[in-house]
Amino acid sequence: MWRKTLNAIMLSLTGVCVVITVSVLFFILGYLVYNGGKDLSWNFFTHLPAPVGEVGGGMANAIVGSLKLLLLAALFGVPIGLLGGVYLAEFGGRIVPFLVRYTADLLNGVPSIVIGIFAYALVVMPMHHFSTLAGGVALGIMVIPTVLRNTESFLRDVPSTLREGSFALGANKWKMVATVVLPAASRGILTGVLLALARVAGETAPLLFTAFGNRYWSPGWMQPTSSLPVIIYTYATGPYEDWHQQAWAAGLVLLGLVLVTNILVRTFLARGTSFERS
Amino acid sequence: MATTPNAATPADLAWSPRALLRRLRGADEIAHLITLIAAATLLLITALLVYQLWVLSAEARTKFGWNFFVTRTWDPVAGQFGALPFIYGTLVTSAVALALAVPLGVGGAIFLAELAPPKLSSSLTFVSDLLAAVPSVIYGLLGVFLLVPIMRTTIQPALKKWLGFLPLFQGPAYGIGFLTAGIVLAIMIVPFVLSVSREVLLAVARDQREAALALGATKWESTWKVVVPAARIGIFGSVFLALARALGETMAVTMVIGNNPRISASLFSPGYSIAAVLANEFSEATGNLYLSALIELGLVLFLLTFVLNGLARLLIVVTTARGSGVLPT
Repeated sequence: MWRKTLNAIMLSLTGVCVVITVSVLFFILGYLVYNGGKDLSWNFFTHLPAPVGEVGGGMANAIVGSLKLLLLAALFGVPIGLLGGVYLAEFGGRIVPFLVRYTADLLNGVPSIVIGIFAYALVVMPMHHFSTLAGGVALGIMVIPTVLRNTESFLRDVPSTLREGSFALGANKWKMVATVVLPAASRGILTGVLLALARVAGETAPLLFTAFGNRYWSPGWMQPTSSLPVIIYTYATGPYEDWHQQAWAAGLVLLGLVLVTNILVRTFLARGTSFERS
Repeated sequence: MATTPNAATPADLAWSPRALLRRLRGADEIAHLITLIAAATLLLITALLVYQLWVLSAEARTKFGWNFFVTRTWDPVAGQFGALPFIYGTLVTSAVALALAVPLGVGGAIFLAELAPPKLSSSLTFVSDLLAAVPSVIYGLLGVFLLVPIMRTTIQPALKKWLGFLPLFQGPAYGIGFLTAGIVLAIMIVPFVLSVSREVLLAVARDQREAALALGATKWESTWKVVVPAARIGIFGSVFLALARALGETMAVTMVIGNNPRISASLFSPGYSIAAVLANEFSEATGNLYLSALIELGLVLFLLTFVLNGLARLLIVVTTARGSGVLPT
């Protein structure tokens, strides 16, 4: 009898653990919609931040800044990750791929603030000022390992019969990779790229001393720029009530973007990417 | 890859089928080279990262030596830099986070791997993965405006009332501090513990469960005494992985830890962590010594996460690879 009771108690406790964990997400989402929803207006997306002390204004520059940073991150990180992944899956021998794989996992685990220090040393110190470029480099470095490992694993999922088929038709290796294997794995690779970008879109720490912040538009790529995550941090820790309200609204926009990307990519793109499953 | 011997014959330049074939073989070599360069770039970036952290922290390393790690004072004006309060804060908040997140995550993983029907299990794992994708600054936002007031008015007084005899739960309730930072961290790392533990639990062979059930064990007994021990190395791996995340987590901690370089036995006390001091002081650090002390803190953080990640991956690989062969001992 005691054993059955214990069984029932412990098993329901594990259920409670899941309920707690899962409900956190819905709670966060609900709380942000409740607090941030009322401050979302057209102005929020089209106006610059109001001068300190004045109510109103928007975050247009932060939204554009975030997009610019993501564009740089993609330009810098995706080609390296993609080609590196192709190397690991198609060309690699034994020792170099092992080393690259291990290093990629290591780089993936490096705290984002340390990546920020690195980008600071790499870009900000030689240029002597903060810039969009430095922020893009920091985010780009964070994109590389994810894209690389993901590309490799999806390329490996492509059945070897496809490769042999294209060899049999007389294609050589690069042609086989470029026209047969890569297209076959393209959905999976795209999933990885989008998820990696969604992840760095919410990163604040590596931008604090690379892209820094800016209350105005940031022309070109060499000036400091505002970005959504950094402005949420600045506004949430600032002293003004109006700033706090705007931080909620910005938080809702950021979380919305990240979650929508994740859900869409995971449910639509990720379907049928694996050859074993289909 | 076999390299074609490239004797430059006049035929190479001619537009004959044979020359074309040879050139395309060359294209294979070029493709190989380009992708190799991309892969090597990753190695180069990582090497450069370590090199920069090492070189730029040289000034602080030579000036303070090992004393850096045992000195309590952090006084940029006087040029005195000691890392102890930050290391302490990082370790304490991570310990609190693990104490809360490991039972929650492993318990949840047991439910998802052993009890839930596959469909429910995969959709709940999906939600947990989404939780892992929520940006850190969002957790910080909720921490500052929601958790801190609740801690101050409700949770901390209650803890003081019931467990106040422990030195951990003494002192004034500010709301901010080690405990609050630990709780926010716990919420952030639960998804990692949960999804990795679920994977390793699922890797345990079915016969083991069935054998235990056939011997008359209840579902819980078969899970707790057979499946969990068989997967324990992988579960440790997931814990190390989560710990590495917690150590390096910046924004959410910075926003709720109180940012006060203090060492106190009480979890209610405001503190500081390595990542938080970097976030707060790096962009306004004046003077080379100040900057190099901060970069040395970054180096410490890097080394800590490096070791933990390496260990975690090793443990997870060991369990999932052995999978079915693991016997409880």
